[in-house]
Amino acid sequence: MLQKMYDWIDERIDITPIWRDIADHEVPEHVNPAHHFSAFVYCFGGLTFFVVVIQILSGMFLTMYYVPDIENAWKSVYYLQTQVAHGQIVRGMHHWGASVVIVMLLLHTLRVFFQGAYKKPRELNWMVGVLLFFVMLGLGFTGYLLPWDNKAYFATEVGLNIAGQVPLIGDWLITLLGGHPEIIGAQTLTRFFAIHVFFLPGALFALLAVHFILIRRQGISGPL
Amino acid sequence: MKRGKGMKFVGDSRINAESTSTVPKDYSEYPGRTEAFWPNFLLKEWLAGSVFLVGFLTLVLTHPSPLEGMADPTTAGYIPLPDWYFLFLYELLKYKYASQDFILLGVIVIPGLAFGALLLAPFLDNGPERRPNKRPIATSLMLLALVATIWLTYDSAGAVDWEARAEANKPIPASEVEIDTSDPGYAVYENSCMSCHGDDLTNGAAGPPLIGIEHTTEEIADISVNGIGDMPADVFQGTDEELQQLAEFITSVNEQAGE
Ligand code: HEM
Repeated sequence: MLQKMYDWIDERIDITPIWRDIADHEVPEHVNPAHHFSAFVYCFGGLTFFVVVIQILSGMFLTMYYVPDIENAWKSVYYLQTQVAHGQIVRGMHHWGASVVIVMLLLHTLRVFFQGAYKKPRELNWMVGVLLFFVMLGLGFTGYLLPWDNKAYFATEVGLNIAGQVPLIGDWLITLLGGHPEIIGAQTLTRFFAIHVFFLPGALFALLAVHFILIRRQGISGPL
Repeated sequence: MKRGKGMKFVGDSRINAESTSTVPKDYSEYPGRTEAFWPNFLLKEWLAGSVFLVGFLTLVLTHPSPLEGMADPTTAGYIPLPDWYFLFLYELLKYKYASQDFILLGVIVIPGLAFGALLLAPFLDNGPERRPNKRPIATSLMLLALVATIWLTYDSAGAVDWEARAEANKPIPASEVEIDTSDPGYAVYENSCMSCHGDDLTNGAAGPPLIGIEHTTEEIADISVNGIGDMPADVFQGTDEELQQLAEFITSVNEQAGE
């Protein structure tokens, strides 16, 4: 039955080459922890992606309750945390995932760095990776404000002040991020929400696609 | 893609009418003990993923995500703290040569050099050698940066009293508690307690919130006179009647909040 359905679809849209492109490739011995346990260092990139998926899914569920305005943001998080079934867990996954993803990202970067895996021909993918790192840090910074508690408010104040120290474009940068040159308030929260939920994830997906396409094109770097 | 005469298509589409094989390629001829990702490797990989997920969920279940009181820009004396992975930058800016007159060093030059070098690493370290011990400059610079980052983070985080912070900033749903400012106890509160515990009992400059506490009226009266923990004795000045009014007032606010 399943085979018949597959054949029916395959006859029409020829999907076999598509999934074969994605899933059918060799796993060389030197990256396979089943053969060399130390090859677990090659898992860090995949685990980073795994946590990114957790972040996306838990974040999607969070937006079902979260309200991005200064009157209700904190209350909606408090409600989610104390009243909604499993809300505590969903928020916990997003909260801790944000930290775990940074740890995994760091381990992945160090693996690539110390193995010299960024050398020719993988220079471009390394730079895509560093951009990914910046995007993740940006997600961390903007997400920190969203619960709109004291910790969030005052950390953002400091962060925006630091951004304001940048010569020439400092004030402009504050207004761009915070919506107002002096006040951290309603505008700041909605901007950070938009950046956290739309702009940076958009950049993240695009960069991830390039990252993975390049890995498939070039294959994983050889053994040291 | 195959081209040429004699190709058959499905309908008027560009899909080849001859069905493609779904049998994975055979990797046994590849060098070493190479195996196919699909399905062989994936069947093992999901196990590693599950172990990771169990560990992660254990962390989540045992450590509820923190939430402090609702943002209040007028909170006096709040010490700001970014998330831990920004602490190193935050700490860097406390150094003399990275702040005030030298703020450009701290904000632009040092982070710019560090992250710029990270971005351009493939071009700065462009020799053919990949082993870390064969490229001592790259390796030692990265180790140095790592040690510096860890040290700055440690220095910054070590100075924070995490438990006291959490205790002093408990979340209290503000809307649910209405403070009766005409209560005679409130006047006493205003005189003796407000400077530390805040005008709505949800905490202030020095004291923790007085909403959500589990003391009895007698205990509250006792604490007002004798102090507790960091709170000094004799902050309450007044008659016994006022003391009673004060304690009853605080209890009534707590009863109301508990509903
Ligand atoms: C969201 C962030 C990222 C994800 C999900 C991700 C994922 C991956 C995955 C799955 C691989 C395959 C090999 C492995 O798992 O180790 C990989 C390889 C690679 N990554 Fe990342 N990565 C991310 C960020 C980065 C960063 C921050 C860098 C560097 C600064 C980077 C540089 C590279 C390079 C150069 C390779 C090829 C390594 C080789 O061929 O040996 N990636 N990445």
